[in-house]
Amino acid sequence: MVKEIERTGIPVVHMCNLIPVSKTVGANRMVPTISIPYPLGDPSTPKEDQWKLRYHRTKVAIQAIATDVQEQTVFSV
Amino acid sequence: MKKAIVYLNQFFGQIGGEEKAGFEPEIREGQVGPAMQMAKTLHAEVTHTIICGDNCMGSNPEETCAKILAMLDGLEFDIFLAGPAFQAGRYTVACGLICKAVKEKFGVPVVTSMNVETPGVNMFRKDMYILKGANSAAKMRKDLSNMVTLANKLLDGVAIGPAEEEGCFPRGIRHQVWRKDGKPASERMIDMLLKKVNGLPFVTEMPIPKIDRVPIAPAIKDLKKAKIALLNTGGIVPVDNPDRIQSASATRWGRYSIEGADGLEGGVFKTVHAGFDPAAADADPDVITPIDALRALEKEGFYGALHNWFYTTVGTGTTESEAARMAREIVPYLKEDCVDAVIMVST
Repeated sequence: MVKEIERTGIPVVHMCNLIPVSKTVGANRMVPTISIPYPLGDPSTPKEDQWKLRYHRTKVAIQAIATDVQEQTVFSV
Repeated sequence: MKKAIVYLNQFFGQIGGEEKAGFEPEIREGQVGPAMQMAKTLHAEVTHTIICGDNCMGSNPEETCAKILAMLDGLEFDIFLAGPAFQAGRYTVACGLICKAVKEKFGVPVVTSMNVETPGVNMFRKDMYILKGANSAAKMRKDLSNMVTLANKLLDGVAIGPAEEEGCFPRGIRHQVWRKDGKPASERMIDMLLKKVNGLPFVTEMPIPKIDRVPIAPAIKDLKKAKIALLNTGGIVPVDNPDRIQSASATRWGRYSIEGADGLEGGVFKTVHAGFDPAAADADPDVITPIDALRALEKEGFYGALHNWFYTTVGTGTTESEAARMAREIVPYLKEDCVDAVIMVST
């Protein structure tokens, strides 16, 4: 899906846990998430921590689509 | 007798379903689940079974592989078998990861089995024998027997034929062989050329792999003016799932209004994804669709505006071609509203 959208010229950032899969499929901008069932907030941690993590990673993702890259890039969080 | 060790996920290892997908790796003496069936015809004794949760391996691959390698240290084995993993995406990646690690550390042959539609195939087919597996565990008997057949050849030192004959995905290795028909390359080439000019079908001896890469879209120049849309493959839908998006192997998608919403609430939205434990996302859908964070960043002026709709499908067992089609159907809605960039969250 990421590829088909990017093909139309819209930049996409892929937030996912299995970065190697995303790379193999061909995403160009990637931001890692923390798990499969809860990518952006571990329910065993306080709400405040979940919010901080989600806010931070979402911000990194937005920054990623404003960043020119020359090759497949995983943005660090 | 030679010795074998088998790797299974939490489901086939009889630990449990999605609620146990975080299960830390364990080694058991003897055979569990599919390993029992393998043991019947394998030319080796299955001495141990390793069981590990798919999410455990998926989220911490290096650490988890290291733990398993430590368990194997000091054990004698001649072959390592993982799966069969069928069309279970995470399980295929787990089988590939552990097979690669075991092969590198212990130098023993490794065999696994996966369906062509899974990510594990392209990630690992060059590193190991991956048998072409079925799309469901209903074909357990067949996939197991194919694994055992190949494993027995490796154990017995029988020459392994071309991937096509063995039922494996090609590893991309070319071997020098004496052909049964004794035909030199020049003759085979002319045969192919004649067929080609006459419009007849022929099979190339050197297929060129097709790599489908998409040009990198240019970055957004001015975030302050950018309109951003959120998509997800985590199956977040209104609780009544109005578009009847399937829980696995999805062919449908939906879009739901978030105009004026500061986040999604549990009880109003939920996940229909059948590939993971839904408890966390049902309680707080924003752990998959970070609409609360996107709204906060919009209000702070970090970027221009959030598109009024978010888009959902389910990404487990979904084929690449269906996914591509769904994306092509979604794009016009994005274009219509002049969306500048997309955030896709996958589970």
